[in-house]
Amino acid sequence: MATKVHMEALSPTMEEGRLVKWTKREGDAVKTGETLAEVETDKAVMELVARADGQLIKVLVPEGSTVPVGNVVAYIGKPGEKVDGAGSGEQGAAPPGPTLTAAPKPPAASPVVAPSGPAAVSAPADATRVKASPLAKRIAKEAGVDLKLVQGSGPGGRVIKRDVEAGAPLAPAAAPTAQPSVPLPPRSGAPYEDVPLTQIRKTIAKRLATSLGPIPHFFLTIEADMERAAEARTALNKQLGDEGKVSFNDIVIKAVALALVRHRACNAWFQEDHIRYWNEVHIGMAVAVEDGLITPVIRNADMKSLTQIGAEARDLAQKARNRRLKPDEYTGSTFSVSNLGMFGIDEFTAVINPPEAGIVAVGAIIEKPVVHEGTVSPRRRLRLTMSCDHRVIDGATGAAFLQTLKQMLENPLAMLL
Amino acid sequence: MANQFDVIILGGGPAGYVCAIRSAQLGLTAAVVEQEKLGGVCVNIGCIPTKALLHSAYIAHLLRDSKDFGVEAGAVKTDYGVAMKRSRRVSDQNSKGVEFLMKKNKITVVKGTGVLQPGKKVKVGGDVYEAKQAVIVATGSRVKGIPQIGLEINKTTVISSDEALLLEQVPASLAIVGAGAVGMEFADIFHAFGVKITLIEALPRILPLEDAEASDALTKSYKKRGIEVIAGAKVTKATVVKDKVTLDVEAGGEKKQIVVAAVLMAAGRAVNTENIGLKECAIQLTDRGFIKVDKNLQTTAPGYYAIGDVAGPPMLAHKGSREGVVVAELLAGHKPHPIKYDNVPSVTYCHPEVASIGLTEDQCKEKKLDYVAGRFPFSANGRARGTGETDGFVKILRDKKYGEILGAHIVGAHASELIHELTVARENEYTVEEIDLAIHAHPTMSEAVAEAALDSLGRVVHL
Repeated sequence: MATKVHMEALSPTMEEGRLVKWTKREGDAVKTGETLAEVETDKAVMELVARADGQLIKVLVPEGSTVPVGNVVAYIGKPGEKVDGAGSGEQGAAPPGPTLTAAPKPPAASPVVAPSGPAAVSAPADATRVKASPLAKRIAKEAGVDLKLVQGSGPGGRVIKRDVEAGAPLAPAAAPTAQPSVPLPPRSGAPYEDVPLTQIRKTIAKRLATSLGPIPHFFLTIEADMERAAEARTALNKQLGDEGKVSFNDIVIKAVALALVRHRACNAWFQEDHIRYWNEVHIGMAVAVEDGLITPVIRNADMKSLTQIGAEARDLAQKARNRRLKPDEYTGSTFSVSNLGMFGIDEFTAVINPPEAGIVAVGAIIEKPVVHEGTVSPRRRLRLTMSCDHRVIDGATGAAFLQTLKQMLENPLAMLL
Repeated sequence: MANQFDVIILGGGPAGYVCAIRSAQLGLTAAVVEQEKLGGVCVNIGCIPTKALLHSAYIAHLLRDSKDFGVEAGAVKTDYGVAMKRSRRVSDQNSKGVEFLMKKNKITVVKGTGVLQPGKKVKVGGDVYEAKQAVIVATGSRVKGIPQIGLEINKTTVISSDEALLLEQVPASLAIVGAGAVGMEFADIFHAFGVKITLIEALPRILPLEDAEASDALTKSYKKRGIEVIAGAKVTKATVVKDKVTLDVEAGGEKKQIVVAAVLMAAGRAVNTENIGLKECAIQLTDRGFIKVDKNLQTTAPGYYAIGDVAGPPMLAHKGSREGVVVAELLAGHKPHPIKYDNVPSVTYCHPEVASIGLTEDQCKEKKLDYVAGRFPFSANGRARGTGETDGFVKILRDKKYGEILGAHIVGAHASELIHELTVARENEYTVEEIDLAIHAHPTMSEAVAEAALDSLGRVVHL
C-alpha cells in the first residue's frame, strides 16, 4: 500500500506550509530521507523529505499552493500502484519527523483543493499548467516572463510566441475608452497592488500584534560614548588583518550578552503563569530580509569571542536573507538586539519578541559635540533604547542593566572582567 | 423564396466548394455557381491531372532504371495519349466526387456563369439568386501568355497547360517559358515521354521562389537527365509559324536562337475578375489586379467576400480551401483560427520533388535573422538508399536563440509528404528540439527530417 506524504510541521510554530517546488516529480524513484519538495514555512524555506522508499506515484498539490500541516500532499508507492480512494485534501496525522517538536496539529483544517475521490486526484496538478507552445515557453523562460500572466491568443487560449513578445498582461487589452477632455499626465502601472501575505509576513503580523498589544511596554534610553570602543575596534581589526573584521554590532551583541549575565532579571521569558529566568544567554539578532524580518540566534553569546560572534552573525544573516535558516537557528533566544544604525536612525524603539522580556534598539554612531572633562569636544556617541516588558522588568531593573551596558561599551576592557 | 441562400459562392473550385461544405456543416444554406466542372482548375486542368501524368513519368523512369534492381522490363515504350486519357479519368472521378459532396451536404449547385449584382445578389442566366448573409467570390485564375513578345496562346504551337493536358501526342521538341511549379512539372512529364525540352526562366534560377539550394539541386538533376535549363534568360522575340516557333533568347550576355515544335507558356496566371460584376458592386481591385480584401477576407463591398486565387497570392489550392473554411466560420459566428500566410506549404511535384515551408535562407539573410542551417542528405538515409532515391536533402533553418523553425526545404522523393511534419511543427510553434524528441520510425525518409533538426543543433547522428 502506498505511503502518504504529509505536510509536516517543519518549524515549531508552523501551522501551514506553502509548497514552493517539487524537487521530485511523479514517477521519480525516492529513498527515505531524500528531499521531495521545498516548503515555505512561517519562517523559512525548508525541505520536506521522504519517509519511505519507492516511487513518487502521485503528487496531489501543485506548486505554489498552501497546505495545512497534516494534509496529504503526495503518495510514495510501488511503480504502477494505484492510490486507493485518496482525495487531495485528505487529512492525516503527520508522522513524527526529526525536526518535529511539540507542534500542535490544526484540528480538521479545511481541504486545500478538491474533495475526496480518485477522479479529483489529477486535477490539482493541472491547475497551474499553462497552455503554451514550446517556442513561447522557451522565449518566456529566457525573458523571465511568467506564462501564467500572459493572455494566450492561440487555439483555446494557448500562449503563442506573439503573446509572449507582446508581454500581454492577464487583464484584457485596454478597451478603447473615451478620451478625457483634459489630458492627464500618463501614469504607468496599476493604481494599487494586492499582495497576499507570505507565510513570514503572516507570522510577523500575528506575533507583533501579540506583542505590543498585550505586553505592557516601557522604554528606556541611554547614550554611550563609543570613542574607546572605536579605538579598540580599530586596533583589533588591525591585528586581525584578513582573518575577519569586528563590527560595532558584534561589540554591542557581546556587551549586551555580558550585561545580561550580570542582570539575570532582564534575561527572562514571561510564561503567563511564571517567569523563566535564563541562565544561558542567547541573543536574537533582528535581520531584515526581503519581505520581512527574522531574528536568528547567537547562542551563548556571552561565552563567545568577538570574532566568533562576528563570523556567526554574518553567516546567520546570509542564511536569513536566503531563507535557509533552520528552526533551531531562529528559535530560543532569551533577549534580542535590533540595529538600524546602518540606516542612519539615531534612536528608535523596538518591539519585544515574545516571550522575551526585553530588546535593545541600537541607533547609529554619530559624532557630536560633548562636554567631556570640562571641554567641548567631538565624540562618537551611540543611543541605545531598551523596550521592557513591565510584567518582568521594572524601571530600575532595566536602568541598571542599561547602566552596565553603557559601561561595557564605554570601557571595552570591562568586558574582560 | 427558392432562390435565397445564406451564402452564395461564385466558383466551384477548391476554395469555393470547400467553403460551401464548411458553411453547410455549420448550418448555413449554400449555393455554388459553376460554369464548368466542379472542382475548378485544380481538379480538372491543374493539380490532379498533372499528378496523374507525373506518376506516368515516374513509372517510365523506374522502368528505365529497373535493370539495376534485378527487374528487366525490356524496351520501354511510352504513349502520352494513354497517359493523358488515364489522367482525364482521374480528374473526372475527382469532379464526380465533388458533386457527391455537394449532394451529401445539401448544397445547391447552379450550372452557369454568375454575375454579381448589388444587394448580395447573383444573376445566372435569367435567374437571380439572393444571399441572406454573403456572396463569396471564388472565381480563380487562368493561364496567360505573353503577347508583348509574340507569345500569344494559339493552342497549337503556343500552348498553355490547358492544352498540354489534352494532347494526344507529344511534340518532338518543346520550349517551356517559366520554371515555377507548372513549368518544372511539365518539363519532367514531357521529358519522360521523349520530348526534347528547353526550360527558360527569366529570373536567375529555376524555382525562383524556393531556397537557392533547392534550385541548384533541381538544375543539376534536370541537366543530368538532358533537359536544357536556361535561367536568367530574356525572350526578346518569338516568331511563330505553322509548325514551329523560333525564340530569340538572351542569357548571361549571350544571344541564342531556339527552334522548337511548340512553346508551353508557364509564366504565371491571370485572375478571373472580368465580367463578373465587381465594378457594379463597388468591389475594388489591388494594384496587382487581385480583389482587395480585409483580414476577414471581406471585399470593399460589405457582404461580399473573396477567397482563393482572386483574393491574392499564394495562388495555391490549399490556401484557397483554408480561406473558404475561415469565411464560412466567420459567417457562422465562429472565431476561426487565423490563417498564417507564412505557413502555407509550397510543393513542386517534379522528380525529385521540392517542398518548402517558411523562409528561404536568402530571406533569413535579408531579414538579418540570427539563424543556423541544419542539413541532411538522402544519400545518408537508409530507406532512400534502399529505393535508390538518394537525390536531395532536408534543410531546416532554425532561429539560433530559441530554436524556432524559420523555414524548411526538402528536395527528394516524397518531399511533398515529408514537409507536413514541419508544417505541423511551425503551426504549433514546436522548435527543432520537439522535432528531435518525437521518435521517427526506422528506416524512413522522415528520419532525414529529424537528422536535419539535429544537425541544426550540431548533433547530427548519421553523418
